[in-house]
Amino acid sequence: MAQRKPIRWHVVVFLAPAVLVYTAIMIVPLFGTLNLSLFNFDESGRVFVGLRNFATLFGDPRWSGAFWNALANNAWFFAVHMLVQNPVGVMLAALLSSPRLRMAAFYRTAIFIPTILSFVIVGFVWKLILSPIWGIAPGMLDAVGLKSLFAPWLGREGTALTTLALISVWQFVGIPMMLIYAALLSIPDEVIEAAELDGVTGWAQFWKIKLPLILPAIGIISILTFVGNFNAFDLIYVSQGALAGPNYATDILGTFLYRTFFGFQLQLGDPHMGATIATAMFGIILVGVCLYLFLIQTRLRRYQF
Amino acid sequence: MTRTLRLALLASTVLGGAAAAQDVTLTIESWRNDDLQIWQDRIIPAFEEAHPGIKVNFAPTAPAEYNAVLNSKLDAGSAGDLITCRPFDASLELFNKGKLADLTGLAAMANFSEVAKSAWQTDDGSASFCVPMASVIHGFIYNKTAFDELDLTPPRTVDEFYAVLDRIKEDASYIPMAMGTADQWEAATMGYQNIGPTYWKGEEGRKALIEGSQTLTDDGWVEPLRQLARWKDYLGDGFEAQTYPDSQNLFTLGRAAIYPAGSWEIGVFTPQIEGAFEMGAFAPPVAAEGDTCYISDHTDIALGLNASSAHPEEAKKFLEWVGSPEFASLYANALPGFFALNATAVEMQDPLAREFVSWRETCEPTIRSTYQILSRGTPNLENETWNASANVITGAETPEDAAARLQEGLASWYEPQQN
Repeated sequence: MAQRKPIRWHVVVFLAPAVLVYTAIMIVPLFGTLNLSLFNFDESGRVFVGLRNFATLFGDPRWSGAFWNALANNAWFFAVHMLVQNPVGVMLAALLSSPRLRMAAFYRTAIFIPTILSFVIVGFVWKLILSPIWGIAPGMLDAVGLKSLFAPWLGREGTALTTLALISVWQFVGIPMMLIYAALLSIPDEVIEAAELDGVTGWAQFWKIKLPLILPAIGIISILTFVGNFNAFDLIYVSQGALAGPNYATDILGTFLYRTFFGFQLQLGDPHMGATIATAMFGIILVGVCLYLFLIQTRLRRYQF
Repeated sequence: MTRTLRLALLASTVLGGAAAAQDVTLTIESWRNDDLQIWQDRIIPAFEEAHPGIKVNFAPTAPAEYNAVLNSKLDAGSAGDLITCRPFDASLELFNKGKLADLTGLAAMANFSEVAKSAWQTDDGSASFCVPMASVIHGFIYNKTAFDELDLTPPRTVDEFYAVLDRIKEDASYIPMAMGTADQWEAATMGYQNIGPTYWKGEEGRKALIEGSQTLTDDGWVEPLRQLARWKDYLGDGFEAQTYPDSQNLFTLGRAAIYPAGSWEIGVFTPQIEGAFEMGAFAPPVAAEGDTCYISDHTDIALGLNASSAHPEEAKKFLEWVGSPEFASLYANALPGFFALNATAVEMQDPLAREFVSWRETCEPTIRSTYQILSRGTPNLENETWNASANVITGAETPEDAAARLQEGLASWYEPQQN
């Protein structure tokens, strides 16, 4: 007769704090928000309206116009990060891991420091740098004879969002750099030596040996970028305000949610439509993460050394 | 620390209770913590001297927290006797919930014009619930020294206005006008609401819009947007990214000649300029010489009575005094740029403030068109107006398109505009 295993109480005890805290501050509010999106006010007070809030959000031309605008802006914000931040991060990591580079520790620290700065500081500093009146950007361009290239980038519809995305890239490029750098360092020397013996060196070595080995890290970075960008709010709010000017050109889902939920100036807050937008954001991020997990993550090949 | 505080609170309650036998203490809830000293040193002593037996305590909270703090205090029954009122819907809601007392019968209400009272009345104007205290007036502040240098006189008509701007631009030593579109509200508040009343004929147009007999696509409502579109050529380089503090600094540093202003800037600019140059002001220009001029004299702050106050009689005495010319004079001189709403003209020391307030005699006053009723729905007309005003200046939208969009948004939820 096999003895019945005793219940391992210590597992429960050790898990309890994390589970309780996470439930209280993440899971309960999440379901509260999902629930709130199914209600709205009418004459008799708060009533259950089913999916009518979603019908308004996607059916009413004003709501849906604002929503699709925010989503498109968000997609572009994400695209800039994927096209600039992550390749630059990989490149910096490759340079840093080169044994011939001097002062690697200094560069690593200098590039990583903006990541720990507050959004408020970053937004404010860049706003000042790019200010057409007091900023140093026009002066610096003037010094090299390129004054004509300067424009009030943050104030123009065509350039404001890209400028902000690049500011965000500047701030956060340190994170992919560090993750890739760690992945590159973890490649065993034997693999590199074997490659060198086979005559694979320089760029060919990077493309054929190192890149495939760091692909899982790039995958993780992509998904972190995706979640971070679709939850972004602070930088836009700090530098362009809740109305995300000029003419909503920098409005992303986060600022749209904020304006709706908390209200703005004479506009009173609407918690139900706000919760509806938050639920839509949750859905978008969920779908994105699932696509990644099932379509990409499973096909990535991992190597054991 | 907490212990001391607790004891102090206990002591003050006990002593306050004992003192009540002789003296009644009235507490004022307010968001004007900047004005604490002015209330304690100048306004309250003046009242207490004239009304022995009543003590007044001014207890402000931070402006951003005021509405929330006040609401919870009112619900808990711990709010002060006198409540400082925000204009329009925030206070109207308190009145509808029975938190603010009806003050229609107050004798001092006769000292105020209909426009002055409109921000603290029910929609039909039948009940008033706060005594108006102050308003802010829009106009243009200019650099007098620069005007003298270029031999310019303050413009009276629209044509003169653009002639002056053209001259300053030609001369090129000053930026003609300090305004940016980055913050959007600058374009709407200092631009649209400043010059607009001239075109929609002040109260006449504002009321007609609320009734639904005029629409935002009528000429009187589109013309201000057309005017704003013309301003583009006179703003500084990179105005698209220029913020409100940028504009203020451009003017106070003497780099810009004209500043589309609200009168609250007087108190900000005077100490910053420190006499480096002289300032003057002119009212929004009229279309043709001899036309009636209109100004935005926006009601901003008032005082109401907590419906559950323990001392309503004494509080009413204070409110009667707030409605008196004596208070108006005290307040307006202590805070230049915040103008008393009392119908009796107030003698003010600050010359710039005097200039602003003198327009009340020659021009028809009105309030900001979007504040009453029209910003209750979604899309919010005030926010949309910010966006539209900035858009027509940057050229992102034509004035006609912007007006059509505003009208469509308003009509989507506001019934009187739907036919």
